Amino acid sequence: MIEVKNVEKSFGDSKVLKGISTVFDAGKTNLIIGQSGSGKTVLLKSLLGIHSPDKGTISFDGRIYSELTPDEKRALRTEIGMVFQGSALFDSMTVEENVGFPLKMFTNKTDAEIKERVNFVINRVNLINANHKKPSEISGGMQKRVAIARAIVNNPKYLFCDEPNSGLDPKTAIVIDNLIHEITVEYNITTVVNTHDMNSVMEIGDKIIFLKEGILAWEGTKKDIFKTDNEAITDFVYSSNLFKKIRKAQNKED
Amino acid sequence: MLKEVFRNPTKWSAMRQLIFKEIDDLIIDSLGIVCFISFFVGGVVSIQTALNLTNPLIPKYLIGFATRQSVILEFAPTFISIIMAGKMGSFITSSIGTMRVTEQIDALEVMGVNSLNYLIFPKIIALLLYPFVIGISMFLGVFGGWIASVYGGFASSNEFITGIQQEFIPFHIAYAFIKTVVFAMLLATIPSFHGYYMKGGALEVGKASTVSFVWTSVTIILSNYILTQLLLT
Repeated sequence: MIEVKNVEKSFGDSKVLKGISTVFDAGKTNLIIGQSGSGKTVLLKSLLGIHSPDKGTISFDGRIYSELTPDEKRALRTEIGMVFQGSALFDSMTVEENVGFPLKMFTNKTDAEIKERVNFVINRVNLINANHKKPSEISGGMQKRVAIARAIVNNPKYLFCDEPNSGLDPKTAIVIDNLIHEITVEYNITTVVNTHDMNSVMEIGDKIIFLKEGILAWEGTKKDIFKTDNEAITDFVYSSNLFKKIRKAQNKED
Repeated sequence: MLKEVFRNPTKWSAMRQLIFKEIDDLIIDSLGIVCFISFFVGGVVSIQTALNLTNPLIPKYLIGFATRQSVILEFAPTFISIIMAGKMGSFITSSIGTMRVTEQIDALEVMGVNSLNYLIFPKIIALLLYPFVIGISMFLGVFGGWIASVYGGFASSNEFITGIQQEFIPFHIAYAFIKTVVFAMLLATIPSFHGYYMKGGALEVGKASTVSFVWTSVTIILSNYILTQLLLT
């Protein structure tokens, strides 16, 4: 579980996060949604420790990040898996080496044990015949799978995904969404996904928080979205023609 | 930056592989161009010297003497280092810069890896072998001068070799290698700094490589002047 309490963050005169408080539960896919510039990425980077909040605290199962020693922070980071927007795979390494990297760096496993675990997670994300290929030799969807495999190879407690669907076709995007959700439930991981893709919201949003201009404007589940009267979230959701049509259809049914 | 490079070291088994990779990328891959340039520039220095010795009273062994002095004191350590600022330096800046742009450095940091140590420390260690490159450059420069001089008909082999041995001061070799070690550290750190702290996209990677080449060259030239003043006067 990750607990965010009254987090504020400014860059110069611009206040990007204005007192965000929420809880991300384990075994659930928690989504951060909002328009571009709403503070999603800053919140995600604050959760990852890349940005330090000006005010407020972020705690990982009771461990308040800002109060940890550098060694404790490093140890905590080994419990974190991250899927970057552009996958961030290491160009000079093969798929197998990319996936095995966290094990090689942070465990005392033998080469055989690493290979076994790497093959297991590569199969888990349904990657076939890609072990010895370089990231530049595989498709965007496959790169995302490799990034997910690398993120989960060391059994993380926390999984963060930044726009995991960006640049993918709708069919592959759904596969990636479902993969993230399945892994979250299967390994009881606290997953936080940063997205503005409404399809992802409807597919895997166990908990959704909606940011608007740095404020947590709404939170709920994917089912709550269609029931809420909150103007901020309805404006965002129904800005899509597809969802406007869904709403019309629902109104007719009612 | 340098303090962080030596803190929280990467696991030795991984670091060993990184060091060998950097030796291959930075040292071994540079040998071809260094050998080529050194051999032919040594030859040109020898021919230019010979063509300027128009007075018959000046002994021909001066061709060997001038070639040795030019190659060992300045050409091999300083000018090869400036060429390497272009080759190695832009390779280092662009490879680290691309990792920055594509979030690979963020990925390392999020995983708990000290990215400065992981990326820069192996380059510093690999460049400890840089004096060997310069040693080869010195040898091939003088050898190129000998070939050009003898086969160009400017001096006999004996005359050239006498020139090479004339007024030989062993400290000049030490001076050249002291400079080389300093230049190696500049070559490893300045391009790494420009790559690591760059901001922006692909265009900025190119700009960072250019800026890093300029700054590395400027610092090599300035430190060359300071070291020469300190060691030879």
